[in-house]
Order: sequence, then structure tokens, then C-alpha cells
Amino acid sequence: MTTTAPETGALEAVFEAAVAADERIEPRDWMPDAYRATLVRQIAQHAHSEIIGMQPEANWITRAPSLRRKAILMAKVQDEAGHGLYLYSAAETLGTGRDELLDKLHAGRQRYSSIFNYPTLTWADVGAIGWLVDGAAITNQVPLCRCSYGPYARAMVRICKEESFHQRQGYELLLALSRGTEAQHAMAQDAVDRWWWPSLMMFGPPDDESAHSAQSMAWKIKRHSNDELRQRFVDICVPQAESLGLTLPDPDLRWNEERGHHDFGPIDWDEFHEVLRGNGPCNEQRITQRRKAHEEGAWVREAAAAYATKHAAEHGEATA
Amino acid sequence: MVLSHRLGEWAGHAPVLEEEVALANIALDLLGQARVLLSLVGDEDELAYLREERAFRNVQLVEQPNGDFAHTIARQLYFSTYQQLLYERLAGDGESPFAPVAAKAVKEVAYHRDHAEHWTLRLGDGTAESHARMRRALDALWRFTGELFEPVEGLPVDPAALRDGWLTSVTDVLRRATLTLPEGPQAGAWTAGAGRQGIHTEPFGRMLAEMQHLHRSHPGATW
Repeated sequence: MTTTAPETGALEAVFEAAVAADERIEPRDWMPDAYRATLVRQIAQHAHSEIIGMQPEANWITRAPSLRRKAILMAKVQDEAGHGLYLYSAAETLGTGRDELLDKLHAGRQRYSSIFNYPTLTWADVGAIGWLVDGAAITNQVPLCRCSYGPYARAMVRICKEESFHQRQGYELLLALSRGTEAQHAMAQDAVDRWWWPSLMMFGPPDDESAHSAQSMAWKIKRHSNDELRQRFVDICVPQAESLGLTLPDPDLRWNEERGHHDFGPIDWDEFHEVLRGNGPCNEQRITQRRKAHEEGAWVREAAAAYATKHAAEHGEATA
Repeated sequence: MVLSHRLGEWAGHAPVLEEEVALANIALDLLGQARVLLSLVGDEDELAYLREERAFRNVQLVEQPNGDFAHTIARQLYFSTYQQLLYERLAGDGESPFAPVAAKAVKEVAYHRDHAEHWTLRLGDGTAESHARMRRALDALWRFTGELFEPVEGLPVDPAALRDGWLTSVTDVLRRATLTLPEGPQAGAWTAGAGRQGIHTEPFGRMLAEMQHLHRSHPGATW
């Protein structure tokens, strides 16, 4: 403790060795500034996605067609708020505050997942989000349970358990529609048609255009490349779509015996970049609602803070 | 069921993340209670989605729009205090078909009341603005509280017997929140008890229209 502080080089060597040995980096450990910054960016973006992601689904809570489905959907949206809380806590272990991160989200200086800029137009969209969007999220997130940063990895273990539950519920919702009336089946197919490509975009840009990938993989924050995970997701979805009795909207989708994978058609990266740039169908609406909730809630947070201060002071005087 | 629906409208709009979780949690508890109660009478979805406004028997208090956070909390304070007293009574009556439901619900409702109490204290004894908003909310909803104590057909407890306990409990929370019980009658222009007779306030029809439209658009479908 009192000996001379080791040089940064030595600290870095300890860090690299820990990462190489698959040990977890913990909040008090030394870590490179860039590693810290990458994690803050990624965890914050992940937390923001949970919070913004409540909106497209909450859009259907008041219109859910049965009380059972309504209860499931409410529980899911509640879980998402909980996931946001875990993730903000994980980000806070890196020396940043939740308020600061929320301010950045509201100011458009931090991102959230592009997928939540698409609208939920029918009840079947709730199922498509569960099956495809949560499915893609799980494919991305399961490897994060082994991420080199301990608090993030532990948050992911809890989140993945709940997410896979949501994913099964989404699948089951679509199955009920697919096997229901003709109108319900059509509703399910339409939702899958609209959510398929945006879900594939959730894995991020192709490997040769992914700016952060190489470093994140070297640091063992990421374990697999974007394209690897995307391929894994497509391979999982194809048989699931078949058992749902629904088709995936891609004429180029077919099994490739040689590769042992499904080939699939080109992704519209122009659309992806437009959505990231803020020009998706709901970007404006999502961020406006988030800001509005925050601004309209300011007086409530101020009241809670004022009350806590008053009563902390009383308590302090009483015990002084 | 109606109050649960109203609380569900908060999803994605709450002032802090912790309240997203808390309000959804309360909404889910209430929905769970409603589903058990409706199933005692018939098919829960038929009762929820295919009755028209005049056939609903909920008290008018729970159908009131959310308003600001203070309105939601005032509605929660009034209603959860009543529910807790009612369920305690019902749980104690071993003969009643409501006893098992009430025994489970009373634990949930105690949490709801605790949540409402804590927010009433924070808002009442917070800032000048939060105090004023809480005051306005309590006043605005006061006239819907009389109905809570009107007799309900088929209920083995006379709600009138709950009034004293309710007044004592609410008065105590308000006193600690530096607030006082609203003045004026506990009934509005309508005779207290109108909700129980299927006479509702205007926002309720719109709420049902939104709630029921998808179910009604696909007659006979299963979801």
C-alpha cells in the first residue's frame, strides 16, 4: 500500500495478464482509460436501450387483447425498467452517475439500440419484438455473461435469464396468432415481415466496418464478431419460423450445405445508418417522450430530495 | 382491473425509474386480484372486454384519469387504505368465498398503501410546489371517496363500517405530510354509489374504448 506506486506500464501488464487469464476486472482494479470509456459507452447504451425499449411495448399495454396477455406485457415492461436499473448501477461502478448518463441520452450524446426507433403498429408486433428483438438481444448478450468486466458480466447473467423468458413468451404469442384466425395469422406475418431486417441490424455493422470490434475483442468485452453473432441468430430463427408457420421476408435465405449455415440476403445498411443518424421512423418521438417524462417528473424528484434533506437533518439533530 | 389499467398507462412516463418498477408492480398485483375475482363470477375476458360502460360496477374513484403524479398518489392513498381495511375484514371471514383471495391480496395491498403513504409524505412535506400539487389532488378526488362506503350487493362486509378506520388512517398520513383532510362533502353531484350502479364519469367510456377495441375487433378469437 505505502510502497512506491508502480508505473503505468506495470499496471497495464497486470491488467493484460488478468484479461488473458480470463479473470474478472473489478471496479477497484486499475484499468486503461480507454477500456473504462468503452465500457461506460457500451453499458450506458445498453441501459438506455432498456429504458427507451419500454416505449414500443408500453404502447400496447392499454390495448392488450386479454387480461393474461396484459399481465405478461406489464411484467415484461417492468422487467425492462429493472434491467435499466441494474445496468446504470454497473455503469456507476466505473465512476459515472446515472443522472449524468440520462442527461447524455436526453441530449442525444449517447445512443440506444436502433431497433427501438421502429413503431409497434399491431398487437403482433409485441410478439415479434419478443421473439426477434429479444432473441437477437440474447444472442448478443449471452457471451457478455463472460465479459471481462465483472459488474457488467454479473448484470448480464440476471438479465439474460429474464430475457429468455420474454423471448419464449413472444414466440408463444406469435404461435397463438399464427394458429388463430386468418386475420390473426396475417397480423403475425406482417409483424415478422416488418421486424426481421431491423432485428438483423441489431448486431451492428459488418465486421469490416465495425470501429470498436477489434479492441473490444482483445479486451474480452466482446467474445464474437457482429457477423458471427448475426449468422448464429439467422440459423436459430429459420427453424423457429418454420414451426411458427411463418415465413421470413428474404428471398435469398437458404441452407448452404458447404458452410453449414444459412445464406441470407443483403442488409440495407443505408437504412441502418439513417436510423442511427436520427432519421428512423420514431427517433424523434422516443426521445421526446423520454425527455418529457424526465422534465415532468422533475418536481417529484425535487420533492423527494427536499423531504430526504429535511428528515435527514431532523434525524441528525435528534442523534447529535 | 380499472385501477390497474390506469396505472398501466404510466409505463414509460414515470418520474424516476424506480417508480416505473413500483407502479407496474402495483398494477400487476391489482390485475392479478381482478382476474381471480372475475373468474369467481365467469370468464375474465368476457367480463373485461365485452361489457359496456353501464355494466361496470367499479367505484368512480378508480376510473379517474392519472393526472399528474400527485393525483395518482392521492388516488392510491384513498383507495389502498380502503382496500386494506376491506381485505383485512374479508380475510377474517372463513365462511366467505372471498377469504382466500383477500388473504393473499391483503399483503399486496399493505405494500400499495405503504407506497402511497411514503409518496404522500414526500410530496406533502417536500417543496412548496409538491405540497400545492398534493393539496390540489387530494381536494379534486375527495368527492369520489364517499362511494367507497356505500353498501355493495353480495359483499359480506358493510363498507360503511370501514369509514371510521379509513378516516383515522388517512388523517394521520396527511397530518404527517403537513396536510389536512379536504373539506366539503365526500360525494359529488352524483349520488354516492353511482359507479356501483353502472353510472360512471365521462373519461371511463374512453378508457374502455381503448381497452376493448382489439378484443372486440376479432370476435371469438383466442389470444
